[in-house]
Amino acid sequence: MKIGFYPGCSLTGSSREYNESILAISKKAGIELVEINDWNCCGATAAHNLTKELSVSLPARNLALAEKDGMEELVVPCAACYNRLVMTQHELNENGGLKALIADKLQMPLKNNIKILNVLQFLEKYFVPRFEELIKYPLAYDVACYYGCLLVRPNKIMKDERWEDPMSMDSIMQKLGANALDWSFKTECCGAGFSVSKPEIVGELSGKIVRNAVDRGAKAIVVACPMCHSNLDMRRPAIESYLKRNVDVPVIYITEAIALAMGITSKEAGINRHFVPVNLTVNR
Amino acid sequence: MNKEDLSFKVKQATNVNVRECYQCGKCTAGCPLAEQMDLRPSVIMRMLQSGDEQDMDNVLRSYSIWLCLTCETCYSRCPMELDIPKIMDYLRQRSLVEGKVNSKARNIVSFHKSFLNTVERNGRLHEMGLILEYKMRSGKLLQDMTTAPGMFTRGKLSILPEHIKDKKSLSRLFKNQDKNSK
Repeated sequence: MKIGFYPGCSLTGSSREYNESILAISKKAGIELVEINDWNCCGATAAHNLTKELSVSLPARNLALAEKDGMEELVVPCAACYNRLVMTQHELNENGGLKALIADKLQMPLKNNIKILNVLQFLEKYFVPRFEELIKYPLAYDVACYYGCLLVRPNKIMKDERWEDPMSMDSIMQKLGANALDWSFKTECCGAGFSVSKPEIVGELSGKIVRNAVDRGAKAIVVACPMCHSNLDMRRPAIESYLKRNVDVPVIYITEAIALAMGITSKEAGINRHFVPVNLTVNR
Repeated sequence: MNKEDLSFKVKQATNVNVRECYQCGKCTAGCPLAEQMDLRPSVIMRMLQSGDEQDMDNVLRSYSIWLCLTCETCYSRCPMELDIPKIMDYLRQRSLVEGKVNSKARNIVSFHKSFLNTVERNGRLHEMGLILEYKMRSGKLLQDMTTAPGMFTRGKLSILPEHIKDKKSLSRLFKNQDKNSK
């Protein structure tokens, strides 16, 4: 089975393990993720902060290219890219004038009706129904599922019914054999794009998230966004300096958790690339 | 609504009617950065309602508009469903065009500009290029001297950028951007 795939820039660099793990689990499940030919950056925070037009034209080029490649469904694992693509699709469908302007600049037709899936929707649709066959080794740990902002908000557009207390990742982790903890910071902001320009703010916002997860007994924090991962994992020194204590709780992508439970090695899933060592094992 | 009115201009650019805000303060209560803001979200909404040019000038010169992370909590919780993050985008873009960026926000703006520059050059973000350009723009040469080698040994930092093939289609997007949609 072939499905459209938009990795986004983080997955080619600082979040390589997210790319490696989603490709590894898909390959093992017999799903081929096909990259959009010649995709470009979605523009991320920088574009919508500085220029209105680029914030829609950059994502729109990818949507048009995906249509050109004949894709009907597009998997977008990066929560930030997912958010920008969905917001663009929504905005262009609401604003016919803007859509015409952008299509004209792209010099490509844009039907703008491709189905965009985030990683949780992708897993729910293509993996969860086959878990009995795919999952070999339970991942029996207490975990805190951290959703962050971009998968659930703005709720008027993302349409998650439980946007203040989402459960889709919790439900997947339970099915892997983990105990998904009830905790308070599921959808708080980690500091996102301030990782480089305001690392002390990231230390504070991410510090509060990590502290609550650890205080509730989490042995791992599970994420579905490269920015959340970078801030909680790579920015651990800033977090520890805010909390004034050492914290060794690892941060794993949901796709890495599934990889381990499917019997894929840590190395194949890229888990050796983390800054905070991941000490989770499955009984083989 | 008077066409010269500030709130009318905001409505035209964002489709958000700031006059619907009744100052319940829920946006400020849920904002993760309200504590550090010079003008909190509900205060900005009130100032936009006043129609006073001086109020608008103060908003455009505020640190707050750049501290907003677009986490979308305010919008999702607003009882009037006012899209405050969209207003923040509009205010940031105006602040930049009118040369009113708060001095405390310089690094944030430098980062965004460096980011868009690498995208304009390559079509994709080059993280190494972004970090180097940001260091030059912000003068923060020593920042992350310990993080970067760790990223490199973990295979997370590539020296060379990835390029897209169809650069022309991309430069069309960067050139002659429509002023009305800004």
